[in-house]
Amino acid sequence: MARNHVTTTVNGDPVEFLCETGQTLLEALRDELRLTGTKEGCGTGDCGACSVIVDGRLLCSCLMLAVEAEGKAIATVEGMADGETLHPLQRKFIEHAALQCGICTPGILIAARSLLERNPDPTESEIRYWLAGNLCRCTGYHKIVDAVLDAAREMRGA
Amino acid sequence: MRYEVPKTLEAAITLLAGAKGGARVLAGGTDLLIQLRAGRAEPELLVDVKAIAELRSIEAAAGGYRIGAAVTCMELIENAAFAEAWPGIVDGVKYIGSIQVKGRATMGGNLCNASPAADSVPSLIAAGARVCIAGAQGWREAPVEDFVRGPGKTSLAEGELVVTFLLPRRAPRSGDAYLRFTPRTEMDIAVVGAAVNLTLDDQGVCSSARVSLGAVAARALLVPAAAAALIGTRVDEAALLRLAGAASAACKPIDDKRGTKEYRIKVAGVMARRAAEIALQRAGGKD
Repeated sequence: MARNHVTTTVNGDPVEFLCETGQTLLEALRDELRLTGTKEGCGTGDCGACSVIVDGRLLCSCLMLAVEAEGKAIATVEGMADGETLHPLQRKFIEHAALQCGICTPGILIAARSLLERNPDPTESEIRYWLAGNLCRCTGYHKIVDAVLDAAREMRGA
Repeated sequence: MRYEVPKTLEAAITLLAGAKGGARVLAGGTDLLIQLRAGRAEPELLVDVKAIAELRSIEAAAGGYRIGAAVTCMELIENAAFAEAWPGIVDGVKYIGSIQVKGRATMGGNLCNASPAADSVPSLIAAGARVCIAGAQGWREAPVEDFVRGPGKTSLAEGELVVTFLLPRRAPRSGDAYLRFTPRTEMDIAVVGAAVNLTLDDQGVCSSARVSLGAVAARALLVPAAAAALIGTRVDEAALLRLAGAASAACKPIDDKRGTKEYRIKVAGVMARRAAEIALQRAGGKD
């Protein structure tokens, strides 16, 4: 079967890969580009572990085909830190112990970043609704919400 | 499986007509990719319609709106003018999955997936929306309530695709609303959904109304008897009681894990009544 050739941008870097039509963006990120920070949870768009940002839009990479990435700009958790310097959200997740097993964490970091880009001063309720598509089976969410609130505060310079 | 991204509607129709082993239209993909993964869909060709301008635009047209079938839920929610004109449609669209799912999912896909519980469909029916369909045989329009035939079944012929939704001109003093009942507020599937769209005259009397119910029959229902309970009234207590009774009477629900028949019938009346109260407020009838 002929494979599709895709040229795209991931975390600012131009990349190319080959994929089958049925392959998801999640599979291409993990298996072709070896960017394994993005996790597979359910594979049906219910858990948010595979969240990435494509052309500014938060989505589940398990629900997008890799061929659809042609010409798009993709942001994954690997692009959040600046070298050795963690993104404020990443630092606050550690400070608040907002993760336990860590499988949901990359998706939640990306989703929270997408929220703060739109709304730098969200309420607790706005954070909970925005993150409703990101399931965490360890933390009970409270520390996650605290970490996002604290990161937002720091990023606003408040 | 081949993948094509036609730039024009004509090219998409040609591709769909020429596919020998079955073709599927790919818009947001939030239902289709799950079917592909589970082996429930095995098309030879995927036609990605997101590069076709008509399917991707939100246009004010002839006093109403023309919404491309592949406009995403988030794009619709973020369109302030549309949300002002048709808040009840935006109510429904907001319920469709997570932020992630809404970033991809479309009203065209929600309609074509033909779930009886589809959250955007009752509001479209209540709004009097028409769906514009293109195929090798030409162009046709249909009221949204006639499009779905039953669970997973639509009136699309082989090779046809949904292009746009047409929303009528909005009369002054109009309001619409959609409510659904679910055990949790997000990431759930409607046990019952109810949409009400109404217009008041300058005396505050309801001059026209449309009521639609979701998840209480094999497809979303237009319920003229429920609308008749509102028309000619000030949408007062007596009218709301008659509306609730007519909504419950129209239900033909199933028993399933989300709710029993009896429960759905009762809750349909309650949801219709509450949706009517919100629609009335949005029409400026009550503070």
